[in-house]
Amino acid sequence: MTTVSDPPKEGFRLSQLIYDTRYRSMTIQIVALIGFLTLIFWLINNTATNLAELGKEPSFRFLSEPAGYDINQRLLDYQSQDTHLRAALIGLLNTLLVAVMGCITATIIGVIVGVLRLSKNWLVSRLMAVYVEMFRNVPVLLWIVFVMAVLIETLPAPRAFRGDNATASMMLNDSVAVTNRGVYVPEPLFSRGLGDIHLLGDSSLRFDVSLDLIAILIVLGLGFFVSHKIKQRADHVQETTGDRPTTWYLRLGVVSLPFIVLLYALGFHLGYPELKGFNFRGGTHMRNSLIALWLALSLYTAAFIAEIVRAGILAISHGQTEAAAALGLRQNRIMNLVVLPQALRVIIPPLISNYLNLTKNSSLAIAVGYMDITGTLGGITLNQTGRELETLLLLMLCYLIISLSISAVMNWYNESVKLRER
Amino acid sequence: MSNIAFVRTEMLPEQAPPASAVGLIGWVRANLFSGWFNTLITLATLYVIYAILAAILPWAFSPTVGAGSLAECREILAESGKTGHFAGACWGVITERWQQLMFGFYPNGSDGVSADLRWRPVLAFVLLAVALAPVLFADKVPSKMIWFTAAFPFLYPWLHWGGSIWGPISALLGFVIGWFVFKTAEKVSSSLIGMISGVVAALVWWLTLSGFFSNALNSILPVGIEPVQSRLFGGFMLSVLIGVIAIACSLPLGIVLALGRQSDLLIVKAICVGFIEFIRGVPLITLLFVASTLLNIFLPPGTQFDIILRVLIMVTLFAAAYMAEVIRGGLAALPKGQYEGADSLGLDYWQAQRLIIMPQALKISIPGIVSTFIGVFKDTVLVSVIGLLDPLGLSNGIRADANWNGIVWEIYGFIALMFFVFCFSMSRYSMYLERKLQTGHR
Repeated sequence: MTTVSDPPKEGFRLSQLIYDTRYRSMTIQIVALIGFLTLIFWLINNTATNLAELGKEPSFRFLSEPAGYDINQRLLDYQSQDTHLRAALIGLLNTLLVAVMGCITATIIGVIVGVLRLSKNWLVSRLMAVYVEMFRNVPVLLWIVFVMAVLIETLPAPRAFRGDNATASMMLNDSVAVTNRGVYVPEPLFSRGLGDIHLLGDSSLRFDVSLDLIAILIVLGLGFFVSHKIKQRADHVQETTGDRPTTWYLRLGVVSLPFIVLLYALGFHLGYPELKGFNFRGGTHMRNSLIALWLALSLYTAAFIAEIVRAGILAISHGQTEAAAALGLRQNRIMNLVVLPQALRVIIPPLISNYLNLTKNSSLAIAVGYMDITGTLGGITLNQTGRELETLLLLMLCYLIISLSISAVMNWYNESVKLRER
Repeated sequence: MSNIAFVRTEMLPEQAPPASAVGLIGWVRANLFSGWFNTLITLATLYVIYAILAAILPWAFSPTVGAGSLAECREILAESGKTGHFAGACWGVITERWQQLMFGFYPNGSDGVSADLRWRPVLAFVLLAVALAPVLFADKVPSKMIWFTAAFPFLYPWLHWGGSIWGPISALLGFVIGWFVFKTAEKVSSSLIGMISGVVAALVWWLTLSGFFSNALNSILPVGIEPVQSRLFGGFMLSVLIGVIAIACSLPLGIVLALGRQSDLLIVKAICVGFIEFIRGVPLITLLFVASTLLNIFLPPGTQFDIILRVLIMVTLFAAAYMAEVIRGGLAALPKGQYEGADSLGLDYWQAQRLIIMPQALKISIPGIVSTFIGVFKDTVLVSVIGLLDPLGLSNGIRADANWNGIVWEIYGFIALMFFVFCFSMSRYSMYLERKLQTGHR
């Protein structure tokens, strides 16, 4: 601030802390800080006193004690004698599994429904509107228990598949069995597999990495890299000569041929589920709890995503499409080069925050008995050990890390697509 | 060139458009059957709709409204020739239990100890609509009604929990005292001192004096209604109660948090951002676990208060974080000129907020506030996980009843329908509001 005349030179008086705008913000902040610290100290002090009275000094030693409960749906190996930490890890992976599966299907359903809502066919757009309103206006927990009830009540029991006059049959050429105990799908097996690497020895965080999977990923990655190089070369040729060489068979070949050869070399085959005794054996068993949670979360979030997609497409003004058409671009080029990049800028940020919501809603797994991290760490471990403070702190920390990394991705994306304004 | 035999000099009368282009037929042709692909889609959609309705309607229209148990339902259905798993719905369970799904175990006079008190939550719900009217339909309701709205947050819990009237009055007095202290201190010294001393005075009143005050007045002049214990609360009454109180309390908290997040004061901003991001980063269910297991541990030894109050505290904090983001959106949507205009008038920060910024920002954020309310209202179902008897929590008890063991769809359908009606009308209202507030051009 510039002043016309020199301000009178005065010493600092205490009242300036309140009346002088230069110092007042300092005063407010210090008062706020003192108040905040007092509150925190008061809470911690109360907690310490209460816990000491109950004889439960905070400690995380329970994490290395044996958990003693079983987790039926798991990605890594786990026995009930493993530690609570291992159980929490299995739970965390289950959370991430259902979150990733849910995000993928929710996006697919949501985009389809969102586009269909804009359909010129009145009946289709109305039907999609009914879907969206129906799912958006009923709590997700209700949908989860509802889908669980549908799975248990309407699907055939495994014994319905047995005998000469079976009332139910497997789908897709006897490879998929949909029962009220879950869905059995074929699993990939390798008869000449390379085996696994065991990482982290015998600790609670041990996990196995399949060398077959690594080999497949490397070959696929190399294939896509070469394919990308071929595309770049074709672009270069087009820019210099004006003719684009036909490359689709080359690009398809470099990706798929090595992949197929590798699969053959590893002895790839599918392990089909088979009815043995009272239940199905073999294949991968996806339990009802997982399916119910996955379906309900996907359908619920898809309703929100559909609205986002619709809003994103409607947000692009007609002038953009018309201007692109005036430049002589073809219909698909207009979509790819003009409409989609602008629509995505509108769509992606709320889309990611819906992914975040889906991940947080997956904590409702506890209602159908899917053992995610809320079910293991915040459920059975909490009840068995009586360590409410420690388990809930860890639980919140896990969710916070997931949320903050998702929002970091969102911020990075927003920064990268932000309109460069003058 | 004079052999032109005929030149028309007057216009031909307009012909009616072909019947296939206007009216119902025209509309159907344009919207449903414009081309083979569209026709195909229409037929496929019609089939899907038919399949869904054919599955649901015969099930839903079943004459079992008067049945007293699932077995009775099955008898009625068997008499009308329907057997099997999905023969028909058993609506008897809704006839028998809908009052429980609405009010939980709120005294209904059946136990012979207390009278039928269910008029109180009903009255509270009706008064809620009256109290909301000046906010939601500001142009159609006399503005004096806002005083009722201001008093309603104290009336609403009192009608549910009952007890002496002096409790809510002394709580209200805290605000009045705080306001007077603020006004006097502001005159004597600065507004900053006034605000701090006002808050301190109100806190001192609530924490120490208000208890004595209400007890003393209660012994002199005992006015009140019959108290009801929290454990009797349940059903949609509980959902609405949690939703309404959480939103009402989170609004001021959210405003403070939003202002803190927007402010230049680094420490204040850091505290607010930390709180908002923490609450928004964890699922509500973990906060409810905190309410059910940890909240008593955080408070001074010996503090005990009931689970509904603890849940209310956590849901309020949860809603406040989301509310803060909604209001921050409203603040950000205001043109910069409004802030600068307020500054150039010589208003200080709080005057500018009170007179210029907040009225506009809050008005812009009403649709967002309504959607936050819908979200919180839907999330109240989660309290069934920690054992409160909201509709979903009650449904477990009903399904475990010997008479109704085996009922699935009817109860879930009923609960879903209730939520749908409530949330759908709210969201329609918020859309209407958005259109009304839309002053920009597109």
